[in-house]
Amino acid sequence: MKLTPTPAQTVGPFFGYALPYVGGAALVDRTHPGALRLHGTVYDGDGAPIPDAMIELWQPDQQGRVSQEPGSLRRDGYTFTGWGRAAVDMVGHYSFTTVEPGSMGEGRAPYFLLTVFGRGLMDRLFTRVYLPESSAALEQDSLLASVPESRRSTLLATRESGGDLRFDIHLQGELETVFLAYPNTPQVTGPVD
Amino acid sequence: MAHKSTHPDAAVNSQAEIDAEVSGIHSAYRAQRDGGGEEETNARLNFPPYRSSLLRHPTKSLHHADPEGIELYSPAFGHRDVSPVEADLTIQHNGEPIGERIIVTGRVVDGDGRPVAGQLVEMWQANAAGRYMHKRDQHPAPLDPNFTGVGRTLTGPGGEYSFTTIKPAPYPWKNHHNAWRSAHIHFSLFGTDFTQRIVTQMYFPGDPIFDLDPIYQSITDQAARDRLVATYDHSVSQHEWNTGYRWDIVLSGSNRTWAEEDEEH
Repeated sequence: MKLTPTPAQTVGPFFGYALPYVGGAALVDRTHPGALRLHGTVYDGDGAPIPDAMIELWQPDQQGRVSQEPGSLRRDGYTFTGWGRAAVDMVGHYSFTTVEPGSMGEGRAPYFLLTVFGRGLMDRLFTRVYLPESSAALEQDSLLASVPESRRSTLLATRESGGDLRFDIHLQGELETVFLAYPNTPQVTGPVD
Repeated sequence: MAHKSTHPDAAVNSQAEIDAEVSGIHSAYRAQRDGGGEEETNARLNFPPYRSSLLRHPTKSLHHADPEGIELYSPAFGHRDVSPVEADLTIQHNGEPIGERIIVTGRVVDGDGRPVAGQLVEMWQANAAGRYMHKRDQHPAPLDPNFTGVGRTLTGPGGEYSFTTIKPAPYPWKNHHNAWRSAHIHFSLFGTDFTQRIVTQMYFPGDPIFDLDPIYQSITDQAARDRLVATYDHSVSQHEWNTGYRWDIVLSGSNRTWAEEDEEH
């Protein structure tokens, strides 16, 4: 018998003293070879930045390996755990120091995974962040292929001149980010196409 | 239609206006259910009586994705991440915190009823006066120098967790005029893969504010709402020490193939 999952509730405005932790936004040290910034701003439906959102990042390492080394919450400066957490600042901006994810299989497009939390969001939102290069892999990606062309760009990061990656998140509006639903996760109702 | 201000400090609507909106949404849901519509088991992303959701809920359907690669894993947490004392929120400071000492305990299982073992559970809450240790909480209730309101633990082999803490109080918020939140404890859970990640809230049985709280009421189905309410459990209460509550948490059915290696940690 399948059990019904526990419903979600908003992270609320007051997670700020509880969930962020020291070094949470640094998956690697900024001096690490290949270190880059993955950053962006979280916007609401009016295009206003949200000052109380929180972002979590999941990713494989540069070789496409998934770390299962414990220690995700206590940064030791050496272990790459592939996970980070960052609260946005007063102007809705988040920033991670990390490395590019490697491909997890021949010809497969590498991507970061983000989870978005915030006051006013009754449930977390999932999305993928693809690297803007390697168009061959991007074309073959089954998820990207299934997203209407007009919205695909919302899943692509922008490469900045210094090599950093920018990924803005729009909860609503014309540029609304494509958020993902997985099988077996409780359905959320409300949004309509 | 009444004006819906999205500013968090606006408080333009009365409780009666909010109640009427909630009640309209709930009756529409019940009618739809009675007509053979689908049971809703989760909160609504778009729930206008909770004003902050208006500009923050996606307006397009969530896009179906099949988990692959990194999505089949969760971050790894271990005993070097979490100290056992972090599960007791009453011993983090020099003195005893003010309020009713409680133990909140339960099991974390997946949709197939399998224990979710060795996983990080984080929780945070207001103190016994309804005040958070947060610079943006300006509610004029006292802070307790002996209570921060943050706890962490790892689930045991059977998925069990336990926190010793102080019963939080209701507190006012600015969703509408005279808005009060039901007393609650926030929980954050990871599960065994990316798709199981949830943040939720545990409530206390018999709270008089349930019907007035649009965040709690954003779950339109009564059976689903009940899943967030703990049970008073006298066997968890201890003589001359604490009262006890039990609350089990079900994460979404695991997408990951069950392998023997999973049983080892």
